Amino acid sequence: MTFQEISENLQKKFGDAVVLVKADAAVDPFIVVAAQSVCDIALHLREDAAMQFDYLMCLSGVDRKGTFEVVYHLASMTHKHKLVLKVSVPADRPEVPTVESVWKTANWHEREAYDLFGIIFTGHPDLRRILLPYDWEGYPLRKDYETPEFYNGMRVPY
Amino acid sequence: MGLLDKQFEKSNVMVTSLDSLLNWARLSSLWQMQFGLACCAIEMMAASASNFDMMRFGVIPRATPRQVDVMIVSGTVTLKMASRIKRLYDQMPEPRYVLSMGSCANCGGPYWEHGYHVLKGVDRVIPVDVYIPGCPPRPEALIEGLMKLQEKVRNESLAKKHA
Repeated sequence: MTFQEISENLQKKFGDAVVLVKADAAVDPFIVVAAQSVCDIALHLREDAAMQFDYLMCLSGVDRKGTFEVVYHLASMTHKHKLVLKVSVPADRPEVPTVESVWKTANWHEREAYDLFGIIFTGHPDLRRILLPYDWEGYPLRKDYETPEFYNGMRVPY
Repeated sequence: MGLLDKQFEKSNVMVTSLDSLLNWARLSSLWQMQFGLACCAIEMMAASASNFDMMRFGVIPRATPRQVDVMIVSGTVTLKMASRIKRLYDQMPEPRYVLSMGSCANCGGPYWEHGYHVLKGVDRVIPVDVYIPGCPPRPEALIEGLMKLQEKVRNESLAKKHA
């Protein structure tokens, strides 16, 4: 399916939950969807016979200063097509429903996004830090992150 | 010394100082702690493999800190790893030595400014005997560092530990 067909399919089924369809983006065309319906949309993208996005290639977090974005790069093994899906949430309440039930891959990817950006994936079965130590304070990839002077008695700056 | 079996078949006497004997024994069998932290570990493996054959210096990788003499810190020491490094070092029997291999272990390397998660030099948690520069150092450089360490051990004395 082309990007246009996929976006029309989503708009027909989910209506207002599809916030923005950007076909002329600089790199890959993408679709922005409402955070609360991302799990339903993900399930539909995977289950629909014409789309069958059975592979979550990457799940990333982005700090847009004021909002956080979660970007889902999807691909279909059967139909050989790809899609970029985005969700945008306010920084003071960065909560996105988990898609772990749709793609198991999302489990660790969401833990990583939580670890480094502090995005809360609601409904995640095991949302704890994955890379940093459990006693780490703050989320290092946020734009407003300040490197601590000390960590467990070890000086951090050069 | 040559062929020992020929030299000692008539119960010969060899005179040496205890220091020299102990130092010779120590520097000829510097067993190393077997672990790698980053890309430097690849070079360390190459140094152990047949082309460079670090075992000819008596460097045998051991998988437990209780059987080793030297710890080769081969790569980026993250803050998460730093406490483990410290603990492993504390478990090594004395006399113990540390080779800091590569820029990351020396001073943080490419992570010196923006590496919020990197310890800027392993000498912030454990004492280092020899620093090997490079990113990563070639196996020759590692062997050079090892020979520097052997030199250091050769000059040690029971009376004063650090010559």
